[in-house]
Amino acid sequence: MGMTISQKILAAHANLQSVKSGDIVSVKLDTILGNDISAFMALEELEKIGRPPLQAARDIILVLDHFTPNKDIGTAEQCRVLREFAEGAGIEQYFEGGRAGIEHALLPEAGLVVPGDLIVGGDSHTCTYGALGAFAMGVGSTDLAAAMVLGKTWLKVFETIRINCYGILGEWVGGKDLILYTIGKIGTDGALGKTIEFCGPTVKSLDVEDRLTMANMAVEAGAVNGIMEPDPVIKNFLADRSRRKGIYFTTDSDATYEQELDIDVFSIAPQVALPPSPGNAVSVQEASGIKINQVFIGSCTNGRIGDLRVAAKVLNGRKVDSRIRMLISPATPGIYRQAMEEGLLKIFSEAEAVILPPSCGVCFGGHLGILAKGEVCLSTTNRNFKGRMGHPDSKVYLTSPAVAAASAVRGEITHPSSLI
Amino acid sequence: MIFRGKVWILGNNIDTDMIISGKYLSFTDPSFLAEHCLEGIEKGWSNKIAKGDILIAGKNFGCGSSREHAVVALKAAGISCIIAESFGAIFFRNFINLGLAAIELRDASKRFNEGDMVEVDLEAGKARNMATQKTYPFPPMPSIVLDILKAGGLLHFIGKTNPNNFPASYLRSALSS
Repeated sequence: MGMTISQKILAAHANLQSVKSGDIVSVKLDTILGNDISAFMALEELEKIGRPPLQAARDIILVLDHFTPNKDIGTAEQCRVLREFAEGAGIEQYFEGGRAGIEHALLPEAGLVVPGDLIVGGDSHTCTYGALGAFAMGVGSTDLAAAMVLGKTWLKVFETIRINCYGILGEWVGGKDLILYTIGKIGTDGALGKTIEFCGPTVKSLDVEDRLTMANMAVEAGAVNGIMEPDPVIKNFLADRSRRKGIYFTTDSDATYEQELDIDVFSIAPQVALPPSPGNAVSVQEASGIKINQVFIGSCTNGRIGDLRVAAKVLNGRKVDSRIRMLISPATPGIYRQAMEEGLLKIFSEAEAVILPPSCGVCFGGHLGILAKGEVCLSTTNRNFKGRMGHPDSKVYLTSPAVAAASAVRGEITHPSSLI
Repeated sequence: MIFRGKVWILGNNIDTDMIISGKYLSFTDPSFLAEHCLEGIEKGWSNKIAKGDILIAGKNFGCGSSREHAVVALKAAGISCIIAESFGAIFFRNFINLGLAAIELRDASKRFNEGDMVEVDLEAGKARNMATQKTYPFPPMPSIVLDILKAGGLLHFIGKTNPNNFPASYLRSALSS
């Protein structure tokens, strides 16, 4: 019986000829990723069992991105502990400050993930790397700690849902709209404990950034991982970034799926997910006119250069509505530099947006841009749970950078085509 | 392994932001996290929880962020076991990894009323509502998961086995079931 791309990656890392759904396997990990929240707690756990030696130090990547630049003394102390740990344990792939940025934007940019990799990360959006043909899943701090010590983990081979997208995307419609629409269709538990395999001509036609945005939000449908077959687009992207070649696994034609879903993208409008669930997707027309207090463009979902270019196209020569705040955070220092060179930051500044440093802070309500009681934020991030970005009675609507930028100009949720 | 406790009922899609808000993720002290556990639903929620109490929830419990602080908070609040219709995949692992039992039971939220006493037998795969005297079977857990729970969590399990055999020791126990 044929195997899916995910099963092939797991089999290869379990040293087995083949695996099938439901098998419990022990797998060798290529990369073990932690951040200042998850790795700090992992270290505390390891402390309790006497800090065993790390068998996988060279496969560990640490990125301090959540409470950075440090919010307060407590978070500064946590980062200090991690810095000292990295130095003591010989972890060379350690990133902070102007060499870091948001982990899931940084790793692809720096060529640290290649097709065929098996990755666990102490962050639920680790699934982003599925866009590059890797098997990547989020874990908690204890799994992270065990993986750091052993370089391995165990897992049960997952069932796969295949989502086949076909047709041409309309104007102002991209990867974010496609994934919001998909989650709206299957629900936030539609792929619970399963793999989503995104395929079809529309997915093949997307650039790397749009693919990363889609895989990033697979977890919002409950998926363990989201994955796409790596193709020449990925190969070109990695050509001047990575020294590792990777293995370009593909799904066998006789592989079996738990479920298959076809999506005709032709009629999909720009999407907005209403609070408090990423599954509450509606067309921007249905959400038009909703008043907002803040707009945020950034995060591991939509803080890449293409996202900033779209925002600049909309904001060029316009101003953010005087009643609202607009925050823009390039996801990495590299993206920040690129945006500076292309003149995008000038456009943002002239539009009277606030340009923030790369950080996860805004998205998870950790620091920067916290919402007051009753306030509403339109955000290009991935979660709009109750109180996610601040006060428990604040609200978050999710959308694409294009809709976010147009709405910032109008002060209410707006279709970009009504502006341009 | 047997768990007995009073049940508290929660709904569908309780996400980990709701269990412990992002603003508390710079803290790891269990009693501090317990104090703020589920405060988005009810301020001081954890004050009413007694050690050993059991949560009953609908579908997709613990969806969202991988923050293990959510499990630390529930554990320190006194929760020993959660019976839900389904769990977020990362939360499920985190819960087991800290030595707490996460049980999937169909229609869980229809089987209990708040305040009922429940008895859970993990090996037998049965949850008994002591108030109604009704017993509900659930699929037995893989022995690998039971072994982690019996050890008191993943890292205790590693500590008790030869780390060089991990996770091969998992597999042996899983495959022998």
